[in-house]
Amino acid sequence: MLAVLALPAGAGPVTPDRAQELRHLVRQDCGSCHGLRLTGGLGRAITPADLAGRDPDELTTVILDGMPGTAMPGWRPLLSEDEARWIADYLLQKETP
Amino acid sequence: MIFRAIALLMLLIAPAGAEELRGTGDLGLIVEREAGSLLVVDRSERAAIGRIEGLGDLSHASLVYSPDERFAYVFGRDGGLTKVDILTRAIVNRVVQAGNSIGGAISDDGRLVAVSNYEPGGVKVFDAETLELVADIPMGSKTVGIADVPGGRFVVATWDTGEVWLLDHSAEPADPVITKLTGIGANPYDALLTGDGRTYIVGLFGEKGLTAVDLWQDPPRATRFLPDYGKDQPDLPVYKMPHLQGWTLADGIYALPAVGLHQLLWVDAATLSEIARTDLAGQPVFAVARPDKREVWVNFAPPDNDKVQVVDVLTRQVTDTLTPGKGVLHMEFAPRGREVWLSVRDENRVEIRDARSHELLGEIPAQAPSGIFFTDRAHRTGL
Ligand code: HEC
Repeated sequence: MLAVLALPAGAGPVTPDRAQELRHLVRQDCGSCHGLRLTGGLGRAITPADLAGRDPDELTTVILDGMPGTAMPGWRPLLSEDEARWIADYLLQKETP
Repeated sequence: MIFRAIALLMLLIAPAGAEELRGTGDLGLIVEREAGSLLVVDRSERAAIGRIEGLGDLSHASLVYSPDERFAYVFGRDGGLTKVDILTRAIVNRVVQAGNSIGGAISDDGRLVAVSNYEPGGVKVFDAETLELVADIPMGSKTVGIADVPGGRFVVATWDTGEVWLLDHSAEPADPVITKLTGIGANPYDALLTGDGRTYIVGLFGEKGLTAVDLWQDPPRATRFLPDYGKDQPDLPVYKMPHLQGWTLADGIYALPAVGLHQLLWVDAATLSEIARTDLAGQPVFAVARPDKREVWVNFAPPDNDKVQVVDVLTRQVTDTLTPGKGVLHMEFAPRGREVWLSVRDENRVEIRDARSHELLGEIPAQAPSGIFFTDRAHRTGL
């Protein structure tokens, strides 16, 4: 049982426990728009292949602030900057979950 | 004689046949989105009676039933359209018909299954018996909110272009008569069809308000309503799109989940004017009426997706807040409203509650369950 979003967004580096929760969040909550396997849905595909060569800082900003004028929400109320950066790195390098 | 001998032989080969004869009216399917499987459940037993595996990516999957309530057509995220037999618990047929699909509908005669696609967009229509392609209707857009309209028709909205398309397959299934309404509004995210098949309500993401299309008019007539909804308050980020299906028409009133607000909107169905709002614990995803329409049950987007709120239709007050657990993704009422089944994704279980006392009646283990679909949906327009 994971209570990802019930926990306050952590400050500082992402702990292994929190990393586990963030992986769950990416799969489930990002997955509700991007697909469970991140191959796209209402939001475009964000697999490592689709994001290849992208700047992790830019992706971090997209995650924190969303993309105004589109359905991509900003996650700042729920995630810290370190956590958003962790997700950006994770999206860029992970194998398909 | 020969016939009797064969009949006897059949009995010997399949001695359990007679005992296994059963109806399907109290059965249902639960989507296990991670595992790509369906759990077959028996409402009377409050138990799982089998599992059908191998359906691909089932995130956001939905399904519809054949008129005999024996087969289900499952629409998967990976573009898969799978026909399953809930009695033999087997996949009967499966086609991957698109890159990415979002939902589907079955025609009122049960002969055509329409699938709404994100990638490459548009709608594809299949023969319900064979799953052969009957008609391919590109629309230059992702499509949402597809529903079956009486008279061999389907209706669907287009996310990118803000249109509503009415497809009439009654004369020539392979070559539907198309009626296109433009200027419906920016980015329809979902839509619902009233149970009488008359009114198609389209929710808009790209601008405020909603659009109602009266399908009894020829040509269908679109009316914008609630043009100011949300304008007086800052928009909150939307972490999950609300679903309009499962909406309420109780006592001539619609109860609609607001997008980007922690509210339920009450709208007079006749005048399409706002009557009231109810403040909720989070952003509503589903607002589902108990079959007697006395209560509306609401679940929420993250981070409030551990809760369910019950709203009384007469007073429009929240009368109960339940916390079934993390990831309450869907609620399905028994057809006559005695109990409600809730999927609790992150706890890998389905909860069964009394729909009046809200008391817990039972639990079924399921792998990351999402949608719950009882077979009575076979006989309801717009589901
Ligand atoms: C409510 C739906 C929704 C949710 C939930 C959502 N996204 Fe998005 N996302 C979108 C949409 C829509 C776009 C594309 C916007 C466009 O280009 O039109 C997008 C774009 C993106 C992009 C940019 C892709 C690119 O190629 O530039 C990234 C990265 C992204 N999302 C990551 C995430 C992550 C990480 C999460 C979860 C923390 C998430 N999204 C949750 C809808 C969503």
